[in-house]
Amino acid sequence: MEEPGNLEISNKNTAASPKFGNPFGSATVEFEFGTTAWWTTEFYLSGQTTGNDSTVFNGFRVENRFRPLLHEHWINPVLYVEYENLNEADRSILEVTGHDGVQDYIVPNRIQRPEIERALETKLILSSNVRGWNISENFIAEKDLNESDPAEFGYAIGISRPLALAASPRACTFCRENFAAGVEIYGGLGDTNGFGWRATSQYVGPIIAFSVPRGPTIAFSPNVGLNDNSLGVLYRFSVTYEVQQIFGHLHR
Amino acid sequence: MPLAFVCRLAAGLLAAALCAGASDSWLLHVPDSYRRKVNPYAGQPDAIAAGGRLFSDHCAQCHQPDALGKGKRPSLRTSYVQSAKDGELFWLLRNGILAHGMPSWSMLPEPSRWQIIAYVKSLGPSDGSARQGENSR
Repeated sequence: MEEPGNLEISNKNTAASPKFGNPFGSATVEFEFGTTAWWTTEFYLSGQTTGNDSTVFNGFRVENRFRPLLHEHWINPVLYVEYENLNEADRSILEVTGHDGVQDYIVPNRIQRPEIERALETKLILSSNVRGWNISENFIAEKDLNESDPAEFGYAIGISRPLALAASPRACTFCRENFAAGVEIYGGLGDTNGFGWRATSQYVGPIIAFSVPRGPTIAFSPNVGLNDNSLGVLYRFSVTYEVQQIFGHLHR
Repeated sequence: MPLAFVCRLAAGLLAAALCAGASDSWLLHVPDSYRRKVNPYAGQPDAIAAGGRLFSDHCAQCHQPDALGKGKRPSLRTSYVQSAKDGELFWLLRNGILAHGMPSWSMLPEPSRWQIIAYVKSLGPSDGSARQGENSR
């Protein structure tokens, strides 16, 4: 959740080279605003470029997340509701649902671009903070609003920890507390016609993040596909910057 | 039908959240187990310096660099806050007061939260704290 009044701007990039397709890179710009301490709202814009093909704008997402319990517990739920308006050429792979797989990323842009998908995506995010470890489990359900396609499901599980739990007394750029490391695993869980792992794609990989003091947070995560339906290696790279009390800045 | 259900569910959760956060005095919610907690960094100069850096990064945006607060963002140098036990402030940082805009800082590691408390306590009360203390309750 974003702190109230803060605006976080994030550039999330994904790159991969499918075995029988052209390499692609995708960029998503995310604006995340803390409306209240229990409500965060976000807006995303996505585009991608594919080698030997073209560069296309994919569309947008609008998302809200709510924290229903006002006190901290061992497991803290967050409810997430997102509306997506994206064409089929989207390569952002912010999550995997249903039977998403490598076959979706080898179709030429000119064929996928006219196909617009309007979908409602919901997530139940469960997070815990234990002895410096942040553990997060996401359960995803997505429904295409255009068609009578079945609802699709997915998941993501991540665990991370700062390299130092206490801060240093003196300002320093490369202090251990400015780095965090972890592991994430995510993938599809099929759909209402066939729930489970069959014909889904699955990824696992480490994640390393570096927070520049009073600057952006840079994160990198190489994800390895765990089955034949997955991309071989998926690289994720993000740069995030938080503008604190955005309306205070505007009023100055 | 599903959309109506989702709307009713969202409205119910919103109402429950607002009711749950209606209480003003956060100190009343602190369990005894937290009141008994001892700050392992209390009074340590290095921890206070580290806490000052963390305060500047995470807290000063609302509570101001001098921790005196501004507008609806309360001063942390009132007698109300300064006389609170370290464990009570630790509970506050862990839980926040979400209904009143104070976020939970549970994602910050526990040692870092204790360092912030050591720093805030090192500031001491400021003049006019009694009046600001009443406002912050």
